[in-house]
Amino acid sequence: MDYLLVSIIKILIIAPLLLATLAYIVWLERKVIAHVQLRVGPYFVGPHGLLQPIADAVKLLTKEDFIPSGVNHFFYWAAPWLGLMFSVSAIAVIPFGPIVEIFGVKTNLGLADINIGLLWILGLAGMGVYGIALAGWSSNNKYSLLGAMRSSAQMISYELPMALALVAPLLMSNSLNLREVVDTQAGFVFGIIPNWNLFTGFQLVGFIVYMICAFAETNRIPFDLPEAENELVAGFHSEYSSMKFAAFFMAEYCNMIIVCSVATALFLGGWHPIVPPAIATFVPTFLFGLAAAVLFYHSSHPIRPTDRKSFFVFGVIFAAIALVFLAPAAGPILNSLFWFFAKVGFLLFFFIWVRATLPRFRYDQLMKIAWLFLFPVALANLVLTAFFVTLFSK
Amino acid sequence: MSLYDLFPPEFFKLSVPLSAYLILSAILFTIGVATFLFRRNVITIFMAIELMLNAVNLTFVAFSNHFGRVDGQIFSFFVMVVAAAEAAVGLAIILMVFRTSATLQIDDFDSLKN
Amino acid sequence: MDLVLFLTFALIAVACALNMALQRHPVSSALSLIGVMVSLAVLYVLLGAEFIAAAQLVVYSGAIMVLFIFVIMLLNAGAEKMTKKAGTAHFLGFPLLVILLAISAWVITNATSAMKPVKFGAFTKGGPYEVGWELFTRYLLPFEVTSILILIAIAGAYRLANKEME
Repeated sequence: MDYLLVSIIKILIIAPLLLATLAYIVWLERKVIAHVQLRVGPYFVGPHGLLQPIADAVKLLTKEDFIPSGVNHFFYWAAPWLGLMFSVSAIAVIPFGPIVEIFGVKTNLGLADINIGLLWILGLAGMGVYGIALAGWSSNNKYSLLGAMRSSAQMISYELPMALALVAPLLMSNSLNLREVVDTQAGFVFGIIPNWNLFTGFQLVGFIVYMICAFAETNRIPFDLPEAENELVAGFHSEYSSMKFAAFFMAEYCNMIIVCSVATALFLGGWHPIVPPAIATFVPTFLFGLAAAVLFYHSSHPIRPTDRKSFFVFGVIFAAIALVFLAPAAGPILNSLFWFFAKVGFLLFFFIWVRATLPRFRYDQLMKIAWLFLFPVALANLVLTAFFVTLFSK
Repeated sequence: MSLYDLFPPEFFKLSVPLSAYLILSAILFTIGVATFLFRRNVITIFMAIELMLNAVNLTFVAFSNHFGRVDGQIFSFFVMVVAAAEAAVGLAIILMVFRTSATLQIDDFDSLKN
Repeated sequence: MDLVLFLTFALIAVACALNMALQRHPVSSALSLIGVMVSLAVLYVLLGAEFIAAAQLVVYSGAIMVLFIFVIMLLNAGAEKMTKKAGTAHFLGFPLLVILLAISAWVITNATSAMKPVKFGAFTKGGPYEVGWELFTRYLLPFEVTSILILIAIAGAYRLANKEME
C-alpha cells in the first residue's frame, strides 16, 4: 500500500498545479498575443493582470448556465467533462524527471511509470474527439454540428502522420515507456552536442511533422477550422456557456501541455540539459538571477508609477528562486524539473506565437496537407530511420 | 475508519476464477446476438457485430493468460485489425446504401426481393 | 483487489452492453459500446495483456468508434422506428438466447472448474516487447497478410465512398 500512498500524494500535488497552470497559460497567451500586437493585455486585476485568471474563474462560475432548447440534455451535459477527463488523464504518464529519492522514498517524478506510456497518450488523444463530436451533435445547431464534423475528420486524419512521426524516435530508444525513452537520450556527443533524438537521431523532419500534427490535434490556429469564427460562429462550443465552456477551454490547453510534453520527452531529451552538466547546474540560477537583476533595474527606473513596488517584489521572488536552485539537497531534482518545464514552456510559447502570427487554412488545404504531404513525409522518415537503425545497431 | 476496515485484507487477496472471464464474455456475446437480431437500424446492427468481436477477444486474452502464452493476444490483435478493415468497408457500404435509399431501417433494404 | 476490480468493470461492461441493446438512438448505442470497450481494456490489463489493452483503446475506441460516430452524424440518423417485422424474432429469439447463454455458461463452468484462477501479476508476457517479438517472428506471414487486407479495405472504402463523384 506504500505505492498507493505515494501515488495519492503525487496526485494531490500534480492536480492543483495542473489546474493553476491551465489558468495561467490563458494569462500568458493573452499577454504574449497582446505584446505581439503592440498592446499591454490584461493589466488591471492585480499587478500586471496576474490575478486575471482568478477573476475569469469567478466570472465563469457565477455566469448563468444557459441551456438552449432542443438539446439532447445528457450528451450536452456530459460532452465537455468527457473531453476534459480524457485530456487530463493523459498527464498521468508524462515523466517530469528521473527516478529520485525524496525523504527516503524512491519514486519517479511523474504519476505512472508504465511500459505502454506512449500508447496510453495516443489512445486518449484518439478518444478526446468524443468530447468535441458529442458537444457539436447534442447542441442542436448546424454550426456546432459542422464544427464537430470538421473536428472529427481532422483529428482522424492527423493522428496517422502524428503516430508515424512518433514511431521513428521510439525505434532509437527501443521502449514505449516515456521515462526510459528520455533516459536513452542522456549524455553528449563530442562533449558539446546533446544526445537528443532531435540532434544525434537526425529527427528534425519527424519533429517538424509531429509539431504540425500537434497543432491540428489541439485545434489551434492555423488548424482551428472546428471553431472558425467567421464561418461557424464559435464552432462546436457555440451553445456552451459558464463552466461547460470553461471545461472546453481547459481541455484545449491541457491538450497543448500534453503534446508539448510528448515532444519534449521524445525529441528534446526530456529533463536532460542542452549544455554540458558542468555548466547546466548553474543555468537556472543564472537565468533567474538575470531576471531578478532586470526587474530591480526597472524598479529603480519605473516607466509607470506602479512598477516601482511591483517589480521590486517580483525581483525579490526571482532572486529567491535563483538561490533555491543552488541548495545542495533539492538542486538535482529542481534542475531536472527546470529543464523539462523550460522546454515545455518554450514549445507552449511557440504555440502562442504561431497563433498570433499565422492565418487559418482552408478546409481542403487542411486535408491535402495531412494526406498528400505529412503522411508520405512521415512514412519516408520512418523507413529511413528504420534502415539506419538496423544498419548501425550491432 | 480506514479502507482496511471496509474491505478486510482477505478480500483483496481473492483471485478471479477463469470461468468468470469466460462467462462475462458469453454474456456480452449473447447481448450482441440479441442486438443483432432485434434491432432494425443498420448502424446499430453493425455495432452489435463489434460487440461480439470484443466478447470473443476477451476469451482469447483470458486463455492466453491461462496458458501463459502470448498467442491468444496475437490472435485478438488480428481480430482488431480485421474489425478495423471491416468497419471501414462496412460504413462505406452503409453510406452508399443511404445515398440510394435514404433510410437506415434494415426492413427497407428489400429492393432485391421478388 | 483483483475481484473488486473485475466485478466493477464486468458490471460496467454488462450494463453498457445492455444499454447499447436498449437505446433507441444510434449515438447513445455507440457511446454505450465505447463504455464496454474501455471496461474491457481494464479487464485486459487485469489479465496481463498490457499491449492489447492499449491497442483496444487506440484501435477500437479511438478509431473505429470515432468512425461510427462520424457516419452517424454525417447521415444525421434519428431514433430508430420499431417495425412489426421483428415479431417472430422476439417471440422465438428470447427463449433461444437464454438457452444459448445457459448452455455456454454450463459448459464453461464444467470445463474450467479445475483450472487455476487468474492472478494479477502472474502473467507478465503481455508487454509490447513480447507481443511485438512474436508478431514479427512466428506470426510474420499472418501479419503481412493482414496488412494486405487493410490495403484492400482502404482501396474498397475509397472506391465505395467516392462513387457518387464520377
